[in-house]
Amino acid sequence: MIFEAIAELIAERNDCDVSEITPESKFADLGIDSLDTVEMVMELEEKIDMEIELDRKLETVGELVEYIESLKAE
Amino acid sequence: MKGKIALITGGSRGIGAAVTKKLASLGADVAVIYAGNAEKAEEVCAFCRETYGVRAASYRCDVSDFAAAKETVAAVKKEFGTVHILVNNAGVTRDGLAGTMKEADFDRVLDVNLKGAFNMIRHCYGMFLKNREGAIVNISSVAGIMGNAGQVNYSASKAGLIGLTKSVARELAARNVTCNAVAPGFIATDMTGGLSENAEKLSASVPLGRMGTPEDVADAVAFLASSGYITGEVLKVDGGIAM
Ligand SMILES: NC(=O)c1ccc[n+]([C@@H]2O[C@H](COP(=O)([O-])OP(=O)(O)OC[C@H]3O[C@@H](n4cnc5c(N)ncnc54)[C@H](OP(=O)(O)O)[C@@H]3O)[C@@H](O)[C@H]2O)c1
Repeated sequence: MIFEAIAELIAERNDCDVSEITPESKFADLGIDSLDTVEMVMELEEKIDMEIELDRKLETVGELVEYIESLKAE
Repeated sequence: MKGKIALITGGSRGIGAAVTKKLASLGADVAVIYAGNAEKAEEVCAFCRETYGVRAASYRCDVSDFAAAKETVAAVKKEFGTVHILVNNAGVTRDGLAGTMKEADFDRVLDVNLKGAFNMIRHCYGMFLKNREGAIVNISSVAGIMGNAGQVNYSASKAGLIGLTKSVARELAARNVTCNAVAPGFIATDMTGGLSENAEKLSASVPLGRMGTPEDVADAVAFLASSGYITGEVLKVDGGIAM
Protein backbone atom coordinates (compact mmCIF):
# COMPACT_ATOMS: atom_id res chain seq x y z
CA MET A 1 0.00 0.00 0.00
CA ILE A 2 2.88 2.34 0.78
CA PHE A 3 4.64 1.30 -2.40
CA GLU A 4 1.50 2.06 -4.41
CA ALA A 5 1.16 5.49 -2.79
CA ILE A 6 4.76 6.37 -3.60
CA ALA A 7 4.54 4.99 -7.14
CA GLU A 8 1.42 7.09 -7.75
CA LEU A 9 3.16 10.26 -6.54
CA ILE A 10 6.15 9.62 -8.78
CA ALA A 11 4.01 8.71 -11.78
CA GLU A 12 2.04 11.92 -11.36
CA ARG A 13 5.21 13.94 -11.02
CA ASN A 14 6.99 12.36 -13.97
CA ASP A 15 3.87 12.04 -16.07
CA CYS A 16 4.56 8.34 -16.66
CA ASP A 17 2.73 5.05 -16.07
CA VAL A 18 2.71 3.63 -12.50
CA SER A 19 3.86 0.29 -13.92
CA GLU A 20 7.18 1.86 -14.88
CA ILE A 21 8.05 2.29 -11.22
CA THR A 22 9.44 -0.71 -9.37
CA PRO A 23 10.99 -1.13 -5.91
CA GLU A 24 14.37 -1.25 -7.64
CA SER A 25 13.88 2.12 -9.34
CA LYS A 26 16.56 4.59 -8.28
CA PHE A 27 15.42 8.12 -7.43
CA ALA A 28 18.37 9.52 -9.35
CA ASP A 29 17.31 7.62 -12.50
CA LEU A 30 13.77 8.96 -12.06
CA GLY A 31 15.13 12.51 -12.02
CA ILE A 32 14.29 12.92 -8.35
CA ASP A 33 16.93 14.83 -6.38
CA SER A 34 17.23 15.25 -2.61
CA LEU A 35 14.90 18.30 -2.51
CA ASP A 36 12.34 16.38 -4.55
CA THR A 37 12.59 13.50 -2.09
CA VAL A 38 11.88 15.82 0.84
CA GLU A 39 8.92 17.28 -0.99
CA MET A 40 7.61 13.85 -1.97
CA VAL A 41 7.87 12.56 1.59
CA MET A 42 5.87 15.57 2.75
CA GLU A 43 3.15 14.83 0.22
CA LEU A 44 3.25 11.23 1.30
CA GLU A 45 2.75 12.26 4.92
CA GLU A 46 -0.56 13.84 3.90
CA LYS A 47 -1.54 10.98 1.65
CA ILE A 48 -1.03 8.20 4.18
CA ASP A 49 -1.57 10.41 7.23
CA MET A 50 1.58 9.58 9.16
CA GLU A 51 4.66 11.51 10.20
CA ILE A 52 7.86 10.55 8.46
CA GLU A 53 11.16 11.83 9.86
CA LEU A 54 13.47 11.43 6.90
CA ASP A 55 16.84 11.18 8.64
CA ARG A 56 18.78 9.25 6.02
CA LYS A 57 19.61 9.24 2.37
CA LEU A 58 17.67 6.65 0.38
CA GLU A 59 18.54 5.53 -3.10
CA THR A 60 15.65 3.42 -4.30
CA VAL A 61 11.88 3.42 -4.05
CA GLY A 62 12.08 0.07 -2.27
CA GLU A 63 14.39 1.50 0.40
CA LEU A 64 11.91 4.29 1.09
CA VAL A 65 9.05 1.77 1.38
CA GLU A 66 11.09 -0.37 3.79
CA TYR A 67 12.04 2.65 5.85
CA ILE A 68 8.44 3.81 6.19
CA GLU A 69 7.29 0.31 7.06
CA SER A 70 9.92 0.13 9.79
CA LEU A 71 8.58 3.45 11.16
CA LYS A 72 5.06 2.06 11.12
CA ALA A 73 6.14 -1.03 13.01
CA GLU A 74 7.56 1.10 15.83
CA MET B 1 2.99 41.84 -2.65
CA LYS B 2 -0.77 41.42 -3.12
CA GLY B 3 -1.81 37.85 -2.45
CA LYS B 4 1.50 37.01 -0.75
CA ILE B 5 1.51 35.74 2.79
CA ALA B 6 4.24 36.89 5.15
CA LEU B 7 5.14 35.34 8.48
CA ILE B 8 7.11 37.63 10.80
CA THR B 9 8.58 36.51 14.12
CA GLY B 10 8.84 39.09 16.89
CA GLY B 11 6.34 41.29 15.07
CA SER B 12 4.80 42.79 18.20
CA ARG B 13 7.41 45.48 18.79
CA GLY B 14 10.39 47.33 17.39
CA ILE B 15 11.85 46.25 14.08
CA GLY B 16 9.41 43.33 13.65
CA ALA B 17 6.39 45.61 14.06
CA ALA B 18 7.81 48.01 11.45
CA VAL B 19 8.50 45.10 9.06
CA THR B 20 4.96 43.79 9.51
CA LYS B 21 3.44 47.19 8.74
CA LYS B 22 5.72 47.73 5.76
CA LEU B 23 4.88 44.36 4.17
CA ALA B 24 1.18 44.96 4.84
CA SER B 25 1.44 48.40 3.23
CA LEU B 26 2.69 46.61 0.10
CA GLY B 27 -0.38 44.38 0.16
CA ALA B 28 0.88 41.23 1.88
CA ASP B 29 -1.23 39.34 4.39
CA VAL B 30 0.67 39.11 7.67
CA ALA B 31 0.97 36.48 10.37
CA VAL B 32 2.77 37.76 13.45
CA ILE B 33 4.55 35.66 16.06
CA TYR B 34 5.24 37.12 19.50
CA ALA B 35 6.58 35.77 22.79
CA GLY B 36 4.31 37.28 25.43
CA ASN B 37 3.04 40.69 24.37
CA ALA B 38 -0.40 39.65 23.04
CA GLU B 39 -1.81 43.16 23.26
CA LYS B 40 1.00 44.78 21.24
CA ALA B 41 0.86 42.02 18.62
CA GLU B 42 -2.89 42.43 18.22
CA GLU B 43 -2.46 46.21 17.96
CA VAL B 44 -0.05 45.76 15.04
CA CYS B 45 -2.47 43.33 13.35
CA ALA B 46 -5.47 45.62 13.86
CA PHE B 47 -3.48 48.51 12.36
CA CYS B 48 -2.65 46.40 9.27
CA ARG B 49 -6.23 45.27 8.80
CA GLU B 50 -7.71 48.75 9.22
CA THR B 51 -5.10 50.73 7.32
CA TYR B 52 -4.18 48.36 4.51
CA GLY B 53 -7.18 46.01 4.34
CA VAL B 54 -5.01 42.88 4.51
CA ARG B 55 -5.52 39.74 6.57
CA ALA B 56 -3.56 39.81 9.81
CA ALA B 57 -3.39 37.45 12.78
CA SER B 58 -1.06 36.96 15.72
CA TYR B 59 0.29 33.79 17.32
CA ARG B 60 2.02 33.32 20.66
CA CYS B 61 5.05 31.07 20.24
CA ASP B 62 8.53 30.72 21.68
CA VAL B 63 10.47 30.24 18.46
CA SER B 64 13.27 28.43 20.30
CA ASP B 65 10.86 25.54 20.96
CA PHE B 66 10.99 23.15 17.99
CA ALA B 67 7.61 21.53 18.69
CA ALA B 68 5.86 24.83 19.43
CA ALA B 69 7.23 26.34 16.22
CA LYS B 70 5.90 23.35 14.32
CA GLU B 71 2.43 23.75 15.82
CA THR B 72 2.38 27.48 15.12
CA VAL B 73 3.46 27.07 11.50
CA ALA B 74 0.70 24.48 11.10
CA ALA B 75 -1.81 26.96 12.56
CA VAL B 76 -0.64 29.69 10.17
CA LYS B 77 -0.90 27.28 7.24
CA LYS B 78 -4.42 26.36 8.27
CA GLU B 79 -5.51 30.00 8.58
CA PHE B 80 -3.66 31.56 5.63
CA GLY B 81 -3.05 28.60 3.31
CA THR B 82 0.72 28.93 2.91
CA VAL B 83 3.73 31.18 3.55
CA HIS B 84 5.62 33.06 0.80
CA ILE B 85 7.76 35.38 2.92
CA LEU B 86 9.38 34.41 6.22
CA VAL B 87 11.10 37.07 8.31
CA ASN B 88 13.11 35.70 11.23
CA ASN B 89 13.33 38.75 13.43
CA ALA B 90 12.65 37.50 16.98
CA GLY B 91 15.74 38.11 19.05
CA VAL B 92 16.96 38.67 22.59
CA THR B 93 20.12 39.89 24.33
CA ARG B 94 21.69 38.72 27.62
CA ASP B 95 24.86 40.79 27.68
CA GLY B 96 27.90 40.19 29.85
CA LEU B 97 31.63 39.68 29.59
CA ALA B 98 32.62 36.22 28.42
CA GLY B 99 34.55 35.70 31.65
CA THR B 100 31.45 36.03 33.81
CA MET B 101 28.60 35.05 31.52
CA LYS B 102 26.23 32.40 32.85
CA GLU B 103 25.86 29.26 30.76
CA ALA B 104 22.09 29.76 30.68
CA ASP B 105 22.51 33.24 29.19
CA PHE B 106 24.74 31.95 26.44
CA ASP B 107 22.34 29.12 25.64
CA ARG B 108 19.19 31.23 25.69
CA VAL B 109 20.48 33.77 23.19
CA LEU B 110 21.68 31.04 20.81
CA ASP B 111 18.39 29.19 21.22
CA VAL B 112 16.14 32.15 20.38
CA ASN B 113 18.23 34.00 17.82
CA LEU B 114 19.82 31.14 15.89
CA LYS B 115 17.89 27.95 16.59
CA GLY B 116 14.65 29.93 16.47
CA ALA B 117 15.36 30.90 12.87
CA PHE B 118 16.27 27.31 12.03
CA ASN B 119 13.05 26.04 13.63
CA MET B 120 10.93 28.39 11.55
CA ILE B 121 12.74 27.58 8.30
CA ARG B 122 12.59 23.86 9.10
CA HIS B 123 8.83 23.92 9.49
CA CYS B 124 8.14 26.25 6.54
CA TYR B 125 10.53 24.36 4.22
CA GLY B 126 7.85 22.15 2.68
CA MET B 127 5.73 25.17 1.74
CA PHE B 128 8.71 26.86 0.09
CA LEU B 129 9.52 23.70 -1.88
CA LYS B 130 5.96 23.34 -3.00
CA ASN B 131 5.39 26.98 -3.93
CA ARG B 132 8.57 27.14 -6.01
CA GLU B 133 8.93 30.75 -5.00
CA GLY B 134 9.47 32.65 -1.81
CA ALA B 135 11.80 34.75 0.25
CA ILE B 136 13.38 34.32 3.65
CA VAL B 137 14.95 37.28 5.42
CA ASN B 138 16.90 36.75 8.64
CA ILE B 139 17.64 39.67 10.93
CA SER B 140 21.30 39.42 11.87
CA SER B 141 23.32 42.33 13.30
CA VAL B 142 26.56 44.22 12.70
CA ALA B 143 27.62 42.60 15.99
CA GLY B 144 27.73 39.34 14.04
CA ILE B 145 30.12 40.90 11.53
CA MET B 146 32.38 43.02 13.76
CA GLY B 147 31.93 41.41 17.17
CA ASN B 148 31.00 43.44 20.23
CA ALA B 149 32.54 43.43 23.70
CA GLY B 150 29.99 42.08 26.17
CA GLN B 151 28.03 40.20 23.52
CA VAL B 152 29.81 36.90 22.85
CA ASN B 153 26.48 35.06 22.88
CA TYR B 154 24.62 37.62 20.79
CA SER B 155 27.33 38.16 18.19
CA ALA B 156 27.87 34.39 17.87
CA SER B 157 24.14 33.92 17.25
CA LYS B 158 24.12 36.70 14.66
CA ALA B 159 27.25 35.43 12.88
CA GLY B 160 25.66 31.99 12.93
CA LEU B 161 22.60 33.41 11.20
CA ILE B 162 24.81 34.55 8.33
CA GLY B 163 26.13 31.03 7.76
CA LEU B 164 22.63 29.64 8.05
CA THR B 165 21.38 32.24 5.56
CA LYS B 166 23.96 31.28 2.94
CA SER B 167 23.39 27.54 3.34
CA VAL B 168 19.62 27.89 3.05
CA ALA B 169 20.12 30.20 0.06
CA ARG B 170 22.13 27.46 -1.66
CA GLU B 171 19.67 24.70 -0.73
CA LEU B 172 16.56 26.49 -1.91
CA ALA B 173 17.93 28.38 -4.91
CA ALA B 174 16.87 25.46 -7.13
CA ARG B 175 13.28 26.17 -6.08
CA ASN B 176 13.40 29.88 -6.76
CA VAL B 177 13.44 30.71 -3.06
CA THR B 178 15.84 33.42 -1.89
CA CYS B 179 17.36 33.70 1.56
CA ASN B 180 19.11 36.86 2.72
CA ALA B 181 20.14 38.59 5.92
CA VAL B 182 19.84 42.16 7.10
CA ALA B 183 22.45 43.39 9.56
CA PRO B 184 21.19 46.45 11.46
CA GLY B 185 23.47 48.68 13.49
CA PHE B 186 22.07 50.80 16.36
CA ILE B 187 18.32 50.96 15.91
CA ALA B 188 16.06 52.82 18.34
CA THR B 189 13.85 50.11 19.90
CA ASP B 190 13.16 48.62 23.35
CA MET B 191 16.24 46.46 22.85
CA THR B 192 18.51 49.50 22.75
CA GLY B 193 16.27 51.56 25.09
CA GLY B 194 18.34 50.36 28.00
CA LEU B 195 21.26 52.06 26.35
CA SER B 196 19.52 55.43 26.18
CA GLU B 197 22.06 57.32 28.33
CA ASN B 198 24.52 56.00 25.82
CA ALA B 199 22.50 57.06 22.79
CA GLU B 200 24.48 60.22 22.25
CA LYS B 201 27.81 58.48 22.62
CA LEU B 202 26.65 55.66 20.34
CA SER B 203 25.37 58.07 17.69
CA ALA B 204 28.78 59.73 17.62
CA SER B 205 30.29 56.43 16.49
CA VAL B 206 27.87 56.19 13.54
CA PRO B 207 29.19 57.85 10.37
CA LEU B 208 25.68 59.07 9.52
CA GLY B 209 25.51 60.56 12.99
CA ARG B 210 22.25 59.06 14.27
CA MET B 211 20.61 55.85 15.37
CA GLY B 212 18.52 54.10 12.76
CA THR B 213 14.76 53.71 12.91
CA PRO B 214 12.84 50.42 12.72
CA GLU B 215 11.49 51.72 9.40
CA ASP B 216 15.03 52.00 7.99
CA VAL B 217 15.38 48.26 8.60
CA ALA B 218 11.87 47.45 7.36
CA ASP B 219 12.63 49.10 4.01
CA ALA B 220 15.65 46.82 3.54
CA VAL B 221 13.62 43.73 4.47
CA ALA B 222 10.89 44.64 1.98
CA PHE B 223 13.50 45.20 -0.71
CA LEU B 224 15.12 41.80 -0.19
CA ALA B 225 11.75 40.07 0.12
CA SER B 226 10.68 41.40 -3.27
CA SER B 227 13.92 41.05 -5.21
CA GLY B 228 14.04 37.76 -7.07
CA TYR B 229 17.72 37.84 -8.04
CA ILE B 230 19.51 38.56 -4.77
CA THR B 231 20.26 35.59 -2.54
CA GLY B 232 22.79 34.75 0.17
CA GLU B 233 23.41 38.46 0.68
CA VAL B 234 24.00 40.30 3.95
CA LEU B 235 22.68 43.85 3.74
CA LYS B 236 23.95 46.24 6.41
CA VAL B 237 21.56 48.94 7.61
CA ASP B 238 23.89 50.62 10.03
CA GLY B 239 24.57 54.21 9.06
CA GLY B 240 28.04 53.16 8.02
CA ILE B 241 29.25 51.58 11.29
CA ALA B 242 30.66 48.40 9.75
CA MET B 243 31.96 49.58 6.40
N1 LIG C 1 17.65 47.29 17.98
C1 LIG C 1 18.86 47.18 17.46
O1 LIG C 1 19.69 48.07 17.56
C2 LIG C 1 19.22 45.94 16.68
C3 LIG C 1 20.45 45.92 16.04
C4 LIG C 1 20.82 44.79 15.31
C5 LIG C 1 19.96 43.72 15.25
N2 LIG C 1 18.78 43.75 15.89
C6 LIG C 1 17.93 42.57 15.80
O2 LIG C 1 16.66 42.90 15.29
C7 LIG C 1 15.67 42.03 15.83
C8 LIG C 1 14.55 42.82 16.45
O3 LIG C 1 15.11 43.67 17.45
P1 LIG C 1 14.28 44.80 18.22
O4 LIG C 1 15.25 45.82 18.61
O5 LIG C 1 13.07 45.16 17.45
O6 LIG C 1 13.87 43.98 19.54
P2 LIG C 1 12.71 44.20 20.60
O7 LIG C 1 12.14 45.58 20.48
O8 LIG C 1 13.28 43.77 21.91
O9 LIG C 1 11.57 43.16 20.13
C9 LIG C 1 11.84 41.79 20.16
C10 LIG C 1 10.71 41.04 19.50
O10 LIG C 1 11.01 39.64 19.50
C11 LIG C 1 9.99 38.91 20.16
N3 LIG C 1 10.58 37.77 20.83
C12 LIG C 1 11.57 37.77 21.78
N4 LIG C 1 11.86 36.51 22.15
C13 LIG C 1 11.05 35.68 21.44
C14 LIG C 1 10.87 34.27 21.39
N5 LIG C 1 11.60 33.46 22.17
N6 LIG C 1 9.94 33.77 20.55
C15 LIG C 1 9.20 34.61 19.76
N7 LIG C 1 9.32 35.93 19.77
C16 LIG C 1 10.24 36.48 20.60
C17 LIG C 1 9.33 39.92 21.10
O11 LIG C 1 8.01 39.51 21.41
P3 LIG C 1 7.21 40.13 22.71
O12 LIG C 1 6.83 41.52 22.31
O13 LIG C 1 6.03 39.25 22.87
O14 LIG C 1 8.18 40.12 23.85
C18 LIG C 1 9.40 41.18 20.25
O15 LIG C 1 8.36 41.18 19.28
C19 LIG C 1 16.40 41.13 16.80
O16 LIG C 1 16.74 39.90 16.19
C20 LIG C 1 17.65 41.92 17.13
O17 LIG C 1 18.71 41.07 17.53
C21 LIG C 1 18.39 44.85 16.61
